[in-house]
Amino acid sequence: MNSDNMIHFDRVNKRYPGGFEALADVSFQLQRAEMAFLTGHSGAGKSTLLKLIMLMERPNKGQIFVGGQNLERFPRRQIPYFRRHIGVVFQNHQLLFDRTVFDNVALPLEIAGVTPKEIGRRVRASLDKVGLLKKEKVKPITLSGGEQQRVGIARAVVNKPSVLLADEPTGNLDPELSEEIMQLFQQFNQVGVTVLVATHDLALVKQMRHRVLRLDHGQLIV
Amino acid sequence: MASVKDRNGREASYDNSQRRAAPNPDTGPKGASAGLQYSGLEAYFGHHRQSAGSSLLRLLRSPFSSLLTWLVIAVALALPMGLTVMLDNVSGLTENLEGSSKITIYMKLTEDDQNALQLSQQIAQRQDVDSVEFISRHEALEEFKELSGWGDVLAYLDNNPLPSVIVVQPAEHVDSAGKVAGLTEKLESLSGVDNVQVDLQWVQRLNALFAVLKRVVIALAALFGVAVILIIGNTIRLAIENRRDEIIVVKLVGGTDPYVRRPFLYTGFWYGFIGAALAWCLVNISLLWIANPVNQLAALYYSRFNLHGLSFADTFLLMLFGGFLGIAGAWIAVKRHLDDIEPQ
Ligand SMILES: Nc1ncnc2c1ncn2[C@@H]1O[C@H](COP(=O)(O)OP(=O)(O)OP(=O)(O)O)[C@@H](O)[C@H]1O
Ligand SMILES: [Mg+2]
Repeated sequence: MNSDNMIHFDRVNKRYPGGFEALADVSFQLQRAEMAFLTGHSGAGKSTLLKLIMLMERPNKGQIFVGGQNLERFPRRQIPYFRRHIGVVFQNHQLLFDRTVFDNVALPLEIAGVTPKEIGRRVRASLDKVGLLKKEKVKPITLSGGEQQRVGIARAVVNKPSVLLADEPTGNLDPELSEEIMQLFQQFNQVGVTVLVATHDLALVKQMRHRVLRLDHGQLIV
Repeated sequence: MASVKDRNGREASYDNSQRRAAPNPDTGPKGASAGLQYSGLEAYFGHHRQSAGSSLLRLLRSPFSSLLTWLVIAVALALPMGLTVMLDNVSGLTENLEGSSKITIYMKLTEDDQNALQLSQQIAQRQDVDSVEFISRHEALEEFKELSGWGDVLAYLDNNPLPSVIVVQPAEHVDSAGKVAGLTEKLESLSGVDNVQVDLQWVQRLNALFAVLKRVVIALAALFGVAVILIIGNTIRLAIENRRDEIIVVKLVGGTDPYVRRPFLYTGFWYGFIGAALAWCLVNISLLWIANPVNQLAALYYSRFNLHGLSFADTFLLMLFGGFLGIAGAWIAVKRHLDDIEPQ
Protein backbone atom coordinates (compact mmCIF):
# COMPACT_ATOMS: atom_id res chain seq x y z
CA MET A 1 0.00 0.00 0.00
CA ASN A 2 1.23 3.40 -0.91
CA SER A 3 1.61 5.58 2.19
CA ASP A 4 0.68 8.65 0.15
CA ASN A 5 -2.86 7.35 0.00
CA MET A 6 -5.35 9.20 2.14
CA ILE A 7 -8.26 6.95 1.30
CA HIS A 8 -7.84 3.41 0.13
CA PHE A 9 -10.68 0.97 -0.57
CA ASP A 10 -9.60 -2.60 -1.10
CA ARG A 11 -12.30 -4.88 -2.57
CA VAL A 12 -15.01 -3.46 -0.37
CA ASN A 13 -18.43 -5.02 -0.18
CA LYS A 14 -21.38 -3.49 1.62
CA ARG A 15 -24.59 -5.39 2.04
CA TYR A 16 -27.36 -3.75 4.08
CA PRO A 17 -29.44 -5.80 6.46
CA GLY A 18 -32.16 -7.16 4.24
CA GLY A 19 -29.64 -8.34 1.71
CA PHE A 20 -29.35 -5.35 -0.60
CA GLU A 21 -25.81 -5.07 -1.94
CA ALA A 22 -25.05 -1.34 -2.01
CA LEU A 23 -21.35 -1.71 -2.89
CA ALA A 24 -19.75 -4.63 -4.69
CA ASP A 25 -16.02 -5.18 -4.88
CA VAL A 26 -15.09 -1.52 -4.79
CA SER A 27 -11.39 -0.69 -4.92
CA PHE A 28 -9.80 2.71 -5.40
CA GLN A 29 -7.19 5.00 -3.91
CA LEU A 30 -7.33 8.67 -3.26
CA GLN A 31 -4.01 10.38 -2.66
CA ARG A 32 -3.26 12.92 -0.02
CA ALA A 33 -4.40 16.38 -1.22
CA GLU A 34 -6.28 14.86 -4.14
CA MET A 35 -9.76 15.94 -5.12
CA ALA A 36 -12.31 13.63 -6.71
CA PHE A 37 -15.99 13.48 -7.56
CA LEU A 38 -18.20 10.54 -6.84
CA THR A 39 -21.02 10.19 -9.34
CA GLY A 40 -23.68 7.69 -10.27
CA HIS A 41 -27.42 7.25 -10.50
CA SER A 42 -29.64 7.50 -7.48
CA GLY A 43 -29.12 4.40 -5.36
CA ALA A 44 -25.73 3.68 -6.91
CA GLY A 45 -24.08 3.66 -3.48
CA LYS A 46 -22.46 7.11 -3.25
CA SER A 47 -23.71 7.92 0.22
CA THR A 48 -22.90 4.43 1.36
CA LEU A 49 -19.30 4.83 0.27
CA LEU A 50 -18.94 8.11 2.19
CA LYS A 51 -20.55 6.57 5.28
CA LEU A 52 -18.00 3.78 5.22
CA ILE A 53 -15.20 6.35 5.34
CA MET A 54 -16.87 8.05 8.31
CA LEU A 55 -17.36 4.74 10.10
CA MET A 56 -21.11 5.33 10.05
CA GLU A 57 -21.35 1.96 8.37
CA ARG A 58 -18.99 -1.02 8.29
CA PRO A 59 -18.15 -3.08 5.22
CA ASN A 60 -19.04 -6.74 4.99
CA LYS A 61 -15.95 -7.59 3.03
CA GLY A 62 -12.73 -5.91 2.07
CA GLN A 63 -10.68 -3.29 3.85
CA ILE A 64 -10.70 0.47 4.09
CA PHE A 65 -7.71 2.59 5.05
CA VAL A 66 -7.95 6.26 5.94
CA GLY A 67 -4.67 8.09 6.47
CA GLY A 68 -2.94 4.72 6.57
CA GLN A 69 -5.21 3.58 9.36
CA ASN A 70 -7.05 0.31 8.81
CA LEU A 71 -10.68 0.81 9.73
CA GLU A 72 -11.31 -2.88 10.20
CA ARG A 73 -12.16 -3.62 13.82
CA PHE A 74 -11.71 0.05 14.61
CA PRO A 75 -12.77 0.42 18.28
CA ARG A 76 -16.18 2.01 18.63
CA ARG A 77 -15.08 4.25 21.49
CA GLN A 78 -12.36 5.77 19.32
CA ILE A 79 -14.68 6.68 16.45
CA PRO A 80 -15.42 10.22 17.72
CA TYR A 81 -11.71 11.07 17.82
CA PHE A 82 -11.30 9.67 14.32
CA ARG A 83 -14.20 11.76 13.03
CA ARG A 84 -12.58 14.95 14.29
CA HIS A 85 -10.07 14.58 11.46
CA ILE A 86 -12.76 14.37 8.80
CA GLY A 87 -14.92 17.26 7.74
CA VAL A 88 -18.34 16.34 6.41
CA VAL A 89 -20.99 18.24 4.52
CA PHE A 90 -24.04 16.03 4.49
CA GLN A 91 -27.33 16.99 2.97
CA ASN A 92 -29.54 15.89 5.80
CA HIS A 93 -28.38 16.45 9.38
CA GLN A 94 -27.06 19.88 8.71
CA LEU A 95 -27.26 22.98 10.81
CA LEU A 96 -28.82 23.38 14.24
CA PHE A 97 -31.50 25.98 13.91
CA ASP A 98 -31.75 26.89 17.57
CA ARG A 99 -28.28 28.45 17.66
CA THR A 100 -26.43 31.12 15.76
CA VAL A 101 -24.23 30.63 12.75
CA PHE A 102 -21.21 31.19 14.97
CA ASP A 103 -22.29 28.50 17.45
CA ASN A 104 -22.98 26.08 14.63
CA VAL A 105 -19.51 26.48 13.23
CA ALA A 106 -17.94 26.40 16.70
CA LEU A 107 -19.46 23.02 17.55
CA PRO A 108 -16.59 20.76 16.41
CA LEU A 109 -14.09 22.96 18.24
CA GLU A 110 -16.08 22.93 21.47
CA ILE A 111 -16.26 19.18 21.28
CA ALA A 112 -12.50 18.99 20.77
CA GLY A 113 -11.92 21.18 23.84
CA VAL A 114 -10.47 24.22 22.08
CA THR A 115 -10.21 27.36 24.22
CA PRO A 116 -12.91 30.01 23.68
CA LYS A 117 -10.44 32.57 22.41
CA GLU A 118 -9.05 30.18 19.85
CA ILE A 119 -12.58 29.11 18.93
CA GLY A 120 -13.45 32.72 18.16
CA ARG A 121 -10.41 33.12 15.97
CA ARG A 122 -10.87 29.93 14.03
CA VAL A 123 -14.63 30.25 13.58
CA ARG A 124 -14.20 33.72 12.14
CA ALA A 125 -11.39 32.58 9.87
CA SER A 126 -13.61 29.77 8.67
CA LEU A 127 -16.66 32.00 8.16
CA ASP A 128 -14.46 34.49 6.36
CA LYS A 129 -13.39 31.81 3.94
CA VAL A 130 -16.97 31.03 2.97
CA GLY A 131 -17.80 34.73 2.88
CA LEU A 132 -20.23 34.76 5.78
CA LEU A 133 -18.29 36.65 8.41
CA LYS A 134 -21.04 39.25 8.69
CA LYS A 135 -23.67 36.63 9.42
CA GLU A 136 -22.05 35.08 12.45
CA LYS A 137 -24.70 36.33 14.87
CA VAL A 138 -27.82 35.36 12.93
CA LYS A 139 -29.81 32.15 13.15
CA PRO A 140 -29.41 29.83 10.12
CA ILE A 141 -33.15 29.94 9.42
CA THR A 142 -32.75 33.50 8.13
CA LEU A 143 -30.14 32.42 5.56
CA SER A 144 -30.68 31.36 1.96
CA GLY A 145 -30.09 27.76 0.93
CA GLY A 146 -26.68 28.55 -0.51
CA GLU A 147 -25.66 30.46 2.60
CA GLN A 148 -26.76 27.60 4.82
CA GLN A 149 -24.71 25.22 2.71
CA ARG A 150 -21.69 27.48 3.16
CA VAL A 151 -22.17 27.55 6.92
CA GLY A 152 -22.14 23.76 6.77
CA ILE A 153 -18.87 23.91 4.87
CA ALA A 154 -17.40 26.36 7.36
CA ARG A 155 -18.26 23.93 10.12
CA ALA A 156 -16.72 21.04 8.18
CA VAL A 157 -13.38 22.78 7.76
CA VAL A 158 -13.15 24.70 11.05
CA ASN A 159 -11.24 21.90 12.72
CA LYS A 160 -8.70 21.79 9.87
CA PRO A 161 -9.52 18.25 8.82
CA SER A 162 -7.25 16.19 6.62
CA VAL A 163 -10.22 14.88 4.66
CA LEU A 164 -13.33 16.69 3.48
CA LEU A 165 -16.34 14.64 2.42
CA ALA A 166 -19.43 16.15 0.85
CA ASP A 167 -22.66 14.39 -0.07
CA GLU A 168 -24.54 16.32 -2.74
CA PRO A 169 -23.56 19.69 -1.36
CA THR A 170 -25.20 21.48 -4.27
CA GLY A 171 -28.38 19.39 -4.10
CA ASN A 172 -30.97 22.10 -4.60
CA LEU A 173 -28.92 25.16 -5.46
CA ASP A 174 -28.99 27.06 -8.73
CA PRO A 175 -26.07 26.49 -11.15
CA GLU A 176 -24.27 29.68 -10.16
CA LEU A 177 -24.34 28.92 -6.44
CA SER A 178 -23.38 25.33 -7.15
CA GLU A 179 -20.29 26.47 -8.95
CA GLU A 180 -19.37 28.78 -6.08
CA ILE A 181 -19.67 25.93 -3.61
CA MET A 182 -17.55 23.64 -5.77
CA GLN A 183 -14.91 26.30 -6.08
CA LEU A 184 -14.85 26.56 -2.32
CA PHE A 185 -14.06 22.86 -2.11
CA GLN A 186 -11.39 23.33 -4.70
CA GLN A 187 -9.78 26.04 -2.60
CA PHE A 188 -9.56 23.75 0.39
CA ASN A 189 -8.12 21.07 -1.84
CA GLN A 190 -5.46 23.50 -3.04
CA VAL A 191 -4.17 23.92 0.49
CA GLY A 192 -3.77 20.20 0.93
CA VAL A 193 -7.10 18.82 2.04
CA THR A 194 -8.19 15.56 0.46
CA VAL A 195 -11.66 16.20 -0.95
CA LEU A 196 -14.30 13.72 -2.08
CA VAL A 197 -17.61 15.11 -3.33
CA ALA A 198 -20.62 12.97 -4.22
CA THR A 199 -22.82 14.74 -6.75
CA HIS A 200 -25.39 14.36 -9.49
CA ASP A 201 -24.28 17.50 -11.25
CA LEU A 202 -22.41 16.01 -14.20
CA ALA A 203 -22.07 19.31 -16.04
CA LEU A 204 -20.29 20.86 -13.13
CA VAL A 205 -18.11 17.79 -12.67
CA LYS A 206 -16.98 18.01 -16.28
CA GLN A 207 -16.19 21.67 -15.90
CA MET A 208 -14.06 21.19 -12.78
CA ARG A 209 -11.54 18.78 -14.30
CA HIS A 210 -10.93 16.53 -11.35
CA ARG A 211 -10.84 12.81 -11.08
CA VAL A 212 -14.25 11.13 -11.25
CA LEU A 213 -15.22 7.90 -9.51
CA ARG A 214 -18.39 6.59 -11.14
CA LEU A 215 -20.60 4.11 -9.35
CA ASP A 216 -23.16 1.97 -11.11
CA HIS A 217 -25.33 -0.34 -9.03
CA GLY A 218 -22.66 -0.55 -6.40
CA GLN A 219 -19.80 -1.16 -8.78
CA LEU A 220 -17.03 1.23 -9.61
CA ILE A 221 -16.78 1.91 -13.35
CA VAL A 222 -13.21 2.54 -14.39
CA MET B 1 1.70 27.99 5.18
CA ALA B 2 -0.53 27.90 2.18
CA SER B 3 -2.97 30.58 1.30
CA VAL B 4 -6.26 30.73 -0.49
CA LYS B 5 -7.96 33.61 -2.18
CA ASP B 6 -11.38 33.86 -0.63
CA ARG B 7 -14.55 34.88 -2.41
CA ASN B 8 -13.79 38.55 -2.02
CA GLY B 9 -10.34 38.13 -3.47
CA ARG B 10 -8.66 38.69 -0.13
CA GLU B 11 -5.97 36.36 0.92
CA ALA B 12 -7.23 34.04 3.57
CA SER B 13 -4.60 32.02 5.27
CA TYR B 14 -5.22 28.40 5.75
CA ASP B 15 -2.59 27.01 7.97
CA ASN B 16 -1.46 23.86 6.29
CA SER B 17 1.45 23.09 8.55
CA GLN B 18 -0.70 23.07 11.64
CA ARG B 19 -3.18 20.64 10.26
CA ARG B 20 -2.92 17.36 11.98
CA ALA B 21 -1.37 14.59 10.02
CA ALA B 22 -3.11 11.34 9.31
CA PRO B 23 -6.14 10.49 11.35
CA ASN B 24 -4.92 8.46 14.24
CA PRO B 25 -7.21 6.89 16.77
CA ASP B 26 -4.50 7.01 19.42
CA THR B 27 -4.45 10.76 19.36
CA GLY B 28 -7.29 10.73 21.82
CA PRO B 29 -8.82 13.88 23.20
CA LYS B 30 -5.50 15.65 23.55
CA GLY B 31 -2.85 16.26 20.97
CA ALA B 32 -2.95 19.86 19.85
CA SER B 33 -0.86 22.96 20.00
CA ALA B 34 -0.20 24.54 23.36
CA GLY B 35 -2.45 27.34 24.62
CA LEU B 36 -5.02 26.81 21.91
CA GLN B 37 -6.51 23.74 23.36
CA TYR B 38 -7.47 22.83 26.88
CA SER B 39 -5.77 19.88 28.42
CA GLY B 40 -7.95 16.80 28.60
CA LEU B 41 -8.82 17.50 32.23
CA GLU B 42 -9.55 21.18 31.69
CA ALA B 43 -11.78 20.38 28.75
CA TYR B 44 -13.50 17.70 30.80
CA PHE B 45 -14.33 19.99 33.71
CA GLY B 46 -15.06 22.85 31.37
CA HIS B 47 -17.68 20.80 29.65
CA HIS B 48 -19.13 19.70 32.98
CA ARG B 49 -19.48 23.31 34.04
CA GLN B 50 -20.92 24.29 30.70
CA SER B 51 -23.37 21.37 30.64
CA ALA B 52 -24.54 22.12 34.17
CA GLY B 53 -25.14 25.76 33.30
CA SER B 54 -26.69 25.33 29.90
CA SER B 55 -29.00 22.51 30.97
CA LEU B 56 -30.31 24.65 33.83
CA LEU B 57 -30.76 27.58 31.47
CA ARG B 58 -32.59 25.38 29.02
CA LEU B 59 -35.01 24.36 31.76
CA LEU B 60 -35.55 27.94 32.82
CA ARG B 61 -36.15 29.01 29.24
CA SER B 62 -39.32 26.93 29.11
CA PRO B 63 -40.49 27.82 32.62
CA PHE B 64 -44.01 26.48 32.35
CA SER B 65 -43.28 22.91 31.34
CA SER B 66 -40.23 22.77 33.62
CA LEU B 67 -42.26 24.01 36.56
CA LEU B 68 -44.89 21.38 35.86
CA THR B 69 -42.30 18.62 36.01
CA TRP B 70 -40.70 20.14 39.08
CA LEU B 71 -44.07 20.26 40.84
CA VAL B 72 -44.83 16.64 40.01
CA ILE B 73 -41.47 15.66 41.46
CA ALA B 74 -42.00 17.95 44.44
CA VAL B 75 -45.36 16.41 45.28
CA ALA B 76 -43.94 12.92 44.96
CA LEU B 77 -41.07 13.81 47.30
CA ALA B 78 -43.13 15.95 49.69
CA LEU B 79 -45.39 13.09 50.72
CA PRO B 80 -42.79 10.83 52.33
CA MET B 81 -40.84 13.89 53.45
CA GLY B 82 -43.85 15.41 55.21
CA LEU B 83 -44.78 12.12 56.84
CA THR B 84 -41.23 11.75 58.12
CA VAL B 85 -41.32 15.23 59.62
CA MET B 86 -44.67 14.54 61.28
CA LEU B 87 -43.52 11.22 62.66
CA ASP B 88 -40.37 12.84 63.92
CA ASN B 89 -42.36 15.48 65.69
CA VAL B 90 -44.79 13.07 67.25
CA SER B 91 -42.18 10.61 68.46
CA GLY B 92 -40.47 13.55 70.13
CA LEU B 93 -43.78 14.16 71.78
CA THR B 94 -43.96 10.69 73.31
CA GLU B 95 -40.41 11.09 74.61
CA ASN B 96 -41.72 14.02 76.56
CA LEU B 97 -44.76 12.13 77.67
CA GLU B 98 -42.58 9.37 79.12
CA GLY B 99 -41.01 11.96 81.35
CA SER B 100 -44.40 13.20 82.43
CA SER B 101 -45.68 9.83 83.57
CA LYS B 102 -46.42 9.32 87.20
CA ILE B 103 -44.81 6.65 89.37
CA THR B 104 -46.94 4.75 91.84
CA ILE B 105 -45.31 3.18 94.92
CA TYR B 106 -47.17 0.44 96.73
CA MET B 107 -45.95 -0.05 100.29
CA LYS B 108 -45.67 -3.45 101.97
CA LEU B 109 -48.74 -4.38 103.98
CA THR B 110 -46.54 -4.65 107.04
CA GLU B 111 -45.80 -0.94 106.89
CA ASP B 112 -48.26 1.27 108.64
CA ASP B 113 -49.44 4.65 107.34
CA GLN B 114 -47.10 6.48 109.69
CA ASN B 115 -43.97 4.98 108.14
CA ALA B 116 -45.34 5.42 104.68
CA LEU B 117 -46.08 9.07 105.26
CA GLN B 118 -42.54 9.60 106.53
CA LEU B 119 -41.15 7.90 103.47
CA SER B 120 -43.29 10.02 101.17
CA GLN B 121 -41.92 13.15 102.84
CA GLN B 122 -38.39 11.87 102.30
CA ILE B 123 -39.15 11.21 98.66
CA ALA B 124 -40.61 14.66 98.20
CA GLN B 125 -37.22 16.10 99.26
CA ARG B 126 -35.47 14.41 96.36
CA GLN B 127 -33.98 16.48 93.56
CA ASP B 128 -35.52 14.37 90.84
CA VAL B 129 -39.02 14.49 92.32
CA ASP B 130 -41.45 17.29 91.75
CA SER B 131 -44.22 16.37 94.16
CA VAL B 132 -45.75 13.40 95.95
CA GLU B 133 -49.25 12.49 96.89
CA PHE B 134 -49.80 10.24 99.86
CA ILE B 135 -52.78 7.90 100.00
CA SER B 136 -53.25 6.19 103.35
CA ARG B 137 -54.54 2.64 103.66
CA HIS B 138 -57.85 3.95 104.85
CA GLU B 139 -58.16 6.42 101.99
CA ALA B 140 -57.26 3.69 99.56
CA LEU B 141 -60.00 1.51 100.90
CA GLU B 142 -62.57 4.28 100.70
CA GLU B 143 -61.55 5.03 97.16
CA PHE B 144 -61.77 1.40 96.24
CA LYS B 145 -65.21 1.08 97.77
CA GLU B 146 -66.42 4.06 95.89
CA LEU B 147 -64.98 3.09 92.53
CA SER B 148 -65.46 -0.66 92.50
CA GLY B 149 -68.89 -1.03 93.99
CA TRP B 150 -67.56 -3.96 96.02
CA GLY B 151 -67.84 -2.10 99.29
CA ASP B 152 -70.24 -4.61 100.82
CA VAL B 153 -67.86 -7.47 100.23
CA LEU B 154 -65.01 -5.58 101.85
CA ALA B 155 -67.13 -5.11 104.95
CA TYR B 156 -66.75 -8.81 105.63
CA LEU B 157 -62.97 -8.66 105.73
CA ASP B 158 -61.29 -8.43 109.09
CA ASN B 159 -58.60 -6.04 108.06
CA ASN B 160 -57.83 -3.67 105.22
CA PRO B 161 -56.19 -5.57 102.33
CA LEU B 162 -54.91 -2.45 100.64
CA PRO B 163 -51.44 -0.96 101.15
CA SER B 164 -50.66 2.70 101.49
CA VAL B 165 -49.73 4.30 98.24
CA ILE B 166 -47.34 7.10 97.29
CA VAL B 167 -47.87 8.70 93.88
CA VAL B 168 -44.70 10.42 92.68
CA GLN B 169 -44.58 13.12 90.06
CA PRO B 170 -40.99 13.20 88.72
CA ALA B 171 -39.20 16.52 88.42
CA GLU B 172 -39.27 18.23 85.05
CA HIS B 173 -35.69 17.33 84.19
CA VAL B 174 -36.54 13.63 84.43
CA ASP B 175 -37.74 13.76 80.85
CA SER B 176 -36.80 10.50 79.22
CA ALA B 177 -37.70 6.87 79.60
CA GLY B 178 -34.16 6.13 80.79
CA LYS B 179 -34.22 8.74 83.52
CA VAL B 180 -37.64 7.61 84.69
CA ALA B 181 -36.37 4.03 84.86
CA GLY B 182 -33.40 5.19 86.96
CA LEU B 183 -35.69 6.95 89.39
CA THR B 184 -37.96 3.92 89.55
CA GLU B 185 -35.05 1.69 90.45
CA LYS B 186 -34.01 3.97 93.29
CA LEU B 187 -37.55 4.11 94.64
CA GLU B 188 -37.80 0.33 94.52
CA SER B 189 -34.75 0.00 96.74
CA LEU B 190 -36.25 2.08 99.54
CA SER B 191 -37.18 0.10 102.62
CA GLY B 192 -40.83 -0.75 103.05
CA VAL B 193 -41.55 -0.51 99.35
CA ASP B 194 -43.30 -3.52 97.88
CA ASN B 195 -43.77 -2.59 94.28
CA VAL B 196 -43.26 0.36 91.97
CA GLN B 197 -45.24 0.90 88.79
CA VAL B 198 -44.73 3.40 86.05
CA ASP B 199 -47.69 4.31 83.98
CA LEU B 200 -45.88 3.66 80.70
CA GLN B 201 -47.91 1.06 78.95
CA TRP B 202 -49.80 3.38 76.67
CA VAL B 203 -46.57 5.17 75.72
CA GLN B 204 -45.02 1.83 74.83
CA ARG B 205 -47.99 0.97 72.69
CA LEU B 206 -47.73 4.29 70.98
CA ASN B 207 -44.05 3.70 70.29
CA ALA B 208 -44.79 0.31 68.80
CA LEU B 209 -47.33 1.98 66.57
CA PHE B 210 -44.72 4.52 65.49
CA ALA B 211 -42.27 1.75 64.65
CA VAL B 212 -44.87 0.36 62.27
CA LEU B 213 -45.60 3.79 60.82
CA LYS B 214 -41.90 4.42 60.26
CA ARG B 215 -41.69 1.27 58.18
CA VAL B 216 -44.71 2.36 56.20
CA VAL B 217 -43.12 5.74 55.53
CA ILE B 218 -39.86 4.11 54.39
CA ALA B 219 -41.80 1.86 52.03
CA LEU B 220 -43.71 4.88 50.72
CA ALA B 221 -40.50 6.83 50.30
CA ALA B 222 -39.01 3.99 48.28
CA LEU B 223 -42.09 3.80 46.08
CA PHE B 224 -42.17 7.53 45.49
CA GLY B 225 -38.42 7.55 44.87
CA VAL B 226 -38.95 5.01 42.10
CA ALA B 227 -41.79 7.16 40.79
CA VAL B 228 -39.49 10.19 40.67
CA ILE B 229 -36.85 8.19 38.80
CA LEU B 230 -39.45 7.10 36.25
CA ILE B 231 -40.90 10.59 35.85
CA ILE B 232 -37.48 12.09 35.24
CA GLY B 233 -36.46 9.20 33.00
CA ASN B 234 -39.50 9.78 30.84
CA THR B 235 -38.97 13.53 30.72
CA ILE B 236 -35.37 13.02 29.64
CA ARG B 237 -36.49 10.52 27.02
CA LEU B 238 -38.69 13.20 25.49
CA ALA B 239 -35.85 15.73 25.67
CA ILE B 240 -33.62 13.26 23.83
CA GLU B 241 -36.25 12.77 21.13
CA ASN B 242 -36.61 16.53 20.75
CA ARG B 243 -32.90 16.99 20.33
CA ARG B 244 -32.30 14.04 18.07
CA ASP B 245 -30.93 16.13 15.20
CA GLU B 246 -28.53 17.90 17.46
CA ILE B 247 -27.29 14.63 18.93
CA ILE B 248 -26.66 13.24 15.45
CA VAL B 249 -24.73 16.32 14.36
CA VAL B 250 -22.65 16.29 17.54
CA LYS B 251 -21.78 12.64 17.02
CA LEU B 252 -21.00 13.30 13.38
CA VAL B 253 -18.43 15.96 14.18
CA GLY B 254 -16.72 13.88 16.83
CA GLY B 255 -18.72 14.12 20.06
CA THR B 256 -18.10 11.13 22.33
CA ASP B 257 -20.92 9.29 24.08
CA PRO B 258 -20.11 10.79 27.49
CA TYR B 259 -20.01 14.24 25.89
CA VAL B 260 -23.45 13.76 24.38
CA ARG B 261 -24.86 12.27 27.58
CA ARG B 262 -23.61 14.93 29.94
CA PRO B 263 -26.19 17.69 29.33
CA PHE B 264 -29.01 15.18 29.75
CA LEU B 265 -27.58 13.83 32.99
CA TYR B 266 -27.33 17.37 34.31
CA THR B 267 -30.90 18.05 33.21
CA GLY B 268 -31.96 15.04 35.29
CA PHE B 269 -29.94 16.35 38.20
CA TRP B 270 -31.63 19.75 38.06
CA TYR B 271 -35.06 18.19 37.85
CA GLY B 272 -34.41 16.19 41.02
CA PHE B 273 -32.45 18.85 42.90
CA ILE B 274 -34.90 21.68 42.37
CA GLY B 275 -37.88 19.31 42.68
CA ALA B 276 -36.59 18.40 46.15
CA ALA B 277 -36.21 22.08 47.03
CA LEU B 278 -39.82 22.65 46.00
CA ALA B 279 -40.85 19.61 48.05
CA TRP B 280 -39.19 21.24 51.04
CA CYS B 281 -41.26 24.37 50.39
CA LEU B 282 -44.46 22.33 50.18
CA VAL B 283 -43.68 20.57 53.46
CA ASN B 284 -42.85 23.81 55.23
CA ILE B 285 -45.96 25.55 53.96
CA SER B 286 -48.03 22.63 55.21
CA LEU B 287 -46.26 22.80 58.56
CA LEU B 288 -47.03 26.48 58.88
CA TRP B 289 -50.61 25.77 58.06
CA ILE B 290 -51.05 23.13 60.76
CA ALA B 291 -48.71 24.69 63.32
CA ASN B 292 -51.40 26.72 65.04
CA PRO B 293 -53.94 23.98 65.73
CA VAL B 294 -51.15 21.57 66.65
CA ASN B 295 -49.70 23.97 69.16
CA GLN B 296 -53.13 24.53 70.64
CA LEU B 297 -53.65 20.81 70.87
CA ALA B 298 -50.22 20.36 72.41
CA ALA B 299 -50.90 23.04 74.96
CA LEU B 300 -53.85 21.02 76.19
CA TYR B 301 -51.58 18.08 76.96
CA TYR B 302 -48.08 19.23 77.45
CA SER B 303 -46.77 22.72 77.13
CA ARG B 304 -43.26 22.19 75.81
CA PHE B 305 -44.12 20.58 72.51
CA ASN B 306 -43.05 22.57 69.48
CA LEU B 307 -43.59 21.65 65.83
CA HIS B 308 -40.28 21.62 63.95
CA GLY B 309 -39.51 21.36 60.24
CA LEU B 310 -36.40 20.04 58.46
CA SER B 311 -32.98 21.25 59.53
CA PHE B 312 -30.77 23.03 57.02
CA ALA B 313 -28.43 20.05 56.74
CA ASP B 314 -31.34 17.65 56.25
CA THR B 315 -32.77 19.89 53.57
CA PHE B 316 -29.50 20.01 51.70
CA LEU B 317 -29.09 16.24 51.95
CA LEU B 318 -32.59 15.86 50.64
CA MET B 319 -31.85 18.08 47.65
CA LEU B 320 -28.72 16.08 46.88
CA PHE B 321 -30.78 12.92 47.16
CA GLY B 322 -33.30 14.42 44.75
CA GLY B 323 -30.44 15.26 42.40
CA PHE B 324 -29.20 11.71 42.68
CA LEU B 325 -32.64 10.34 41.81
CA GLY B 326 -32.64 12.71 38.82
CA ILE B 327 -29.30 11.46 37.57
CA ALA B 328 -30.50 7.88 38.03
CA GLY B 329 -33.61 8.56 35.96
CA ALA B 330 -31.64 10.39 33.30
CA TRP B 331 -29.10 7.61 33.17
CA ILE B 332 -31.77 5.03 32.42
CA ALA B 333 -33.20 7.21 29.63
CA VAL B 334 -29.77 7.97 28.20
CA LYS B 335 -28.72 4.33 28.22
CA ARG B 336 -31.93 3.20 26.57
CA HIS B 337 -32.43 5.95 24.04
CA LEU B 338 -29.38 8.10 23.49
CA ASP B 339 -26.61 5.62 22.88
CA ASP B 340 -28.64 4.14 20.03
CA ILE B 341 -28.86 7.42 18.15
CA GLU B 342 -26.23 7.28 15.47
CA PRO B 343 -25.84 9.34 12.31
CA GLN B 344 -27.40 7.40 9.41
N1 LIG C 1 -29.72 1.85 5.92
C1 LIG C 1 -30.04 1.19 4.80
N2 LIG C 1 -30.68 0.02 4.86
C2 LIG C 1 -30.99 -0.66 3.75
N3 LIG C 1 -30.70 -0.26 2.53
C3 LIG C 1 -30.07 0.92 2.38
C4 LIG C 1 -29.70 1.71 3.50
N4 LIG C 1 -29.09 2.82 3.07
C5 LIG C 1 -29.07 2.72 1.72
N5 LIG C 1 -29.64 1.59 1.32
C6 LIG C 1 -29.79 1.15 -0.07
O1 LIG C 1 -28.51 1.10 -0.64
C7 LIG C 1 -28.54 1.61 -1.96
C8 LIG C 1 -27.48 2.69 -2.09
O2 LIG C 1 -27.88 3.77 -1.29
P1 LIG C 1 -27.07 5.13 -1.27
O3 LIG C 1 -27.75 6.02 -0.31
O4 LIG C 1 -25.65 4.81 -1.03
O5 LIG C 1 -27.28 5.64 -2.75
P2 LIG C 1 -26.85 7.04 -3.39
O6 LIG C 1 -25.93 6.73 -4.52
O7 LIG C 1 -26.34 7.95 -2.34
O8 LIG C 1 -28.24 7.55 -3.92
P3 LIG C 1 -28.75 9.06 -4.02
O9 LIG C 1 -28.08 9.67 -5.19
O10 LIG C 1 -30.21 8.91 -4.24
O11 LIG C 1 -28.42 9.70 -2.72
C9 LIG C 1 -29.93 2.13 -2.20
O12 LIG C 1 -30.61 1.23 -3.04
C10 LIG C 1 -30.58 2.17 -0.87
O13 LIG C 1 -31.92 1.79 -0.97
MG1 LIG D 1 -27.02 9.70 -1.36
